[in-house]
Amino acid sequence: MESQDSEERTSLGVVVSGSLTRGVEVKLDAAVSVEDMVVGRYVAIEGKRHRFFGMITDVSLETVDPRAVVTPPDISDPFIAQVITGTTTYGKLRVLPMLTIGSDAAGILEGSQPAKTVPTHFSEVKSASQHDVELVFGAEDERRFYVGTPLDMETKVCLNVPELVKRSNGVFGKSGTGKTFLTRLLLIGMLQKGAAVSLVFDMHSEYGWEGKTEKGYKVKGLKQLFPSKVAIFTLDEESSRRRRVSTDFVVRIGYDEIEPEDIELLRQTLNLSEASAQAVYQLAREFGDRRWLESVLNLNEDESKQLISRLNIHDSTYRNLRRGLENLRRFSFLVSRASDNSVRRILEYLDRGINVILEFGRFDDFAAYILVANLLSRRIYAKYRENAEREMGGEVASAHPLVITIEEAHRFLNPEASARTIFGRIAREMRKYNVTLLVIDQRPSGIDDEVMSQLGTKITCLLDDERDIDSVLTGTAGKSELKSVLSKLETKQQALIFGHAVPMPVVIKTREYGTADSYKELGFLEAAELKKKTEKDIEDLWSS
Amino acid sequence: MGIGEARNKDQKSKMDTLNKVAEVIEASSAEFTAQCYKLDQSPVLGSLVKTQDDLGAIYGVVYNVETHSLEPGRRVVARGEEMKAQEEVFKANPQLSRLLSTDFKVMVVGHMQGEKLYHYLPPKPVPIHGFVYTCQTEEIRAFTQSLDFLSLLVNAGLPVPVDEVVAACLRYASQAHSDSQAFLVKAGKELAGIMSSDAGRLNSLLKRLK
Repeated sequence: MESQDSEERTSLGVVVSGSLTRGVEVKLDAAVSVEDMVVGRYVAIEGKRHRFFGMITDVSLETVDPRAVVTPPDISDPFIAQVITGTTTYGKLRVLPMLTIGSDAAGILEGSQPAKTVPTHFSEVKSASQHDVELVFGAEDERRFYVGTPLDMETKVCLNVPELVKRSNGVFGKSGTGKTFLTRLLLIGMLQKGAAVSLVFDMHSEYGWEGKTEKGYKVKGLKQLFPSKVAIFTLDEESSRRRRVSTDFVVRIGYDEIEPEDIELLRQTLNLSEASAQAVYQLAREFGDRRWLESVLNLNEDESKQLISRLNIHDSTYRNLRRGLENLRRFSFLVSRASDNSVRRILEYLDRGINVILEFGRFDDFAAYILVANLLSRRIYAKYRENAEREMGGEVASAHPLVITIEEAHRFLNPEASARTIFGRIAREMRKYNVTLLVIDQRPSGIDDEVMSQLGTKITCLLDDERDIDSVLTGTAGKSELKSVLSKLETKQQALIFGHAVPMPVVIKTREYGTADSYKELGFLEAAELKKKTEKDIEDLWSS
Repeated sequence: MGIGEARNKDQKSKMDTLNKVAEVIEASSAEFTAQCYKLDQSPVLGSLVKTQDDLGAIYGVVYNVETHSLEPGRRVVARGEEMKAQEEVFKANPQLSRLLSTDFKVMVVGHMQGEKLYHYLPPKPVPIHGFVYTCQTEEIRAFTQSLDFLSLLVNAGLPVPVDEVVAACLRYASQAHSDSQAFLVKAGKELAGIMSSDAGRLNSLLKRLK
């Protein structure tokens, strides 16, 4: 094992200078080409007493004599080129040491620790071996879910799912960089490891039954892979029917369930003025919290006039408000009184450990999304909170941790809205009440800094806007180094993971998703196998 | 072939006068001058030669060769105006080969003590009237396994262009190695380390190594 291990590691160079905060500088050996070094790759540094693990964060070219820059040597001559490589001109790496492993027995038992020092001068730097990576990230087991492989390696990088769901997490990346695929994988991970149940607000109806790749191939959604563990709820049963998706429940929301805060949250989306948003509270006082919306929408011209003169609301304010509220009428999922309580239904499923995916169908605009996601989450959260408090009192067993997945998160969590939406609270209060968020967003700079700083694990695909990158990396050690890694990710299938659920930041090539083999690996059973398994289950049931 | 083995072979051929080319006529710690037994039969510029003292062999690199009149007061004059070929000058004046002498100067670059080879100056200068031999291929190879002597050579303040001598020496030594290109690259890298602050000098030296 040992000898095989050392074969895998090729020597890259030696540590020549550096510091803990900026990272150490490594002079590359002549035999190693700078072009083979890529940012984000792992290296192991053999210090005197510790082994260090680090990530390459920068690659640079150096010359010993500054005059060589002005009068470059004749490298068309292969001999001269060969001589000067690695001697007067050489490559340099910047490596951020992240973990140490003691070389003695105690160190090996303790496992990896965050690096608090740097290796000595001229310590040898080697590329990390498969074994090293496994040692750091752990092998796939009942807690760890395989999400991808490090750059140019076959080893699996695994996320500790129970740790992951203890805090709110974020998936970021420009449009088309694979956020949806990553999220799908994370949801499967949570489902497989049974660490949490998910409630997904699926704006574009792509998680539940079927999604599409950018090239137009269809990929299976969660329900197809795990039919018994996933329920699809819909706001738009016609759209679901057209897409031949069998749904478990059609969500209807009563006007009586909409509160003034919900309207205030929609202020920008419905194009309401500040004054109109305030007028909503007045109206609610007038008609009562449960009846105000329907009452206002049903007012005729005369009644309206009387009302605004009585409440002293300006005419233009009222018109603005009315126009905005009229917009809600096009949402066919809003009914005057919902016959079945959607929140109760969702909770029932979640209690049974079944993941709920709510499809929005044709209502894939922000108004509907914000309204429904906020309204449902608020009430589900209240139930969880109640439950958690009872649990503290010893009355009930603890519920499954719940992870709420929201897309376009900056709409809910921008500095203005985050104080008002339930999501802002969930993100801040973290795991106290067993509810956490999985926020998916392409514009993280729009999210409130306070919320960003509370996210436990961040998984980010390529971002190229400076502000977005800054915002994602806020409060992360080695920020400027990770920045160069982040902005150099490939547009597809690559992501940087850092935070609570991984011992050190890691760039991964995301695990394959969408091929028959990948489904099988994830535990998907073909129809015939499924039948066999069911028969066996029944047999087991009777024999026991 | 190991150094010790090379030395054994050397001792066996000690009496082999084929390699014996000159005799030390001037000696100091860092260099010596040797007079060739035959006119114009000196070892080539940059070649490795050796002489012997009581501790072992002393190695040096030929850095300058000159032919002059044996008598300081008597200048050499031109004699071939009427002759068709150069050789005829000596045929017509056979005394010349006795009146002229070819000397060469050697920079000491290493020595042996017992079985061990050291790439730095010996404790004592080479003995006067010591015989000077050219080195065999195996010996050159053994000596140039380590290139530590290059810094001695490069930094020597010689009256001739040092880089020419270094280049000549390396070209000459490379022929003793089976992979002469690899040897030159290794030597080039060593030079790059020594001359790291002077890229221009390094470049022109490297061009001379081909």
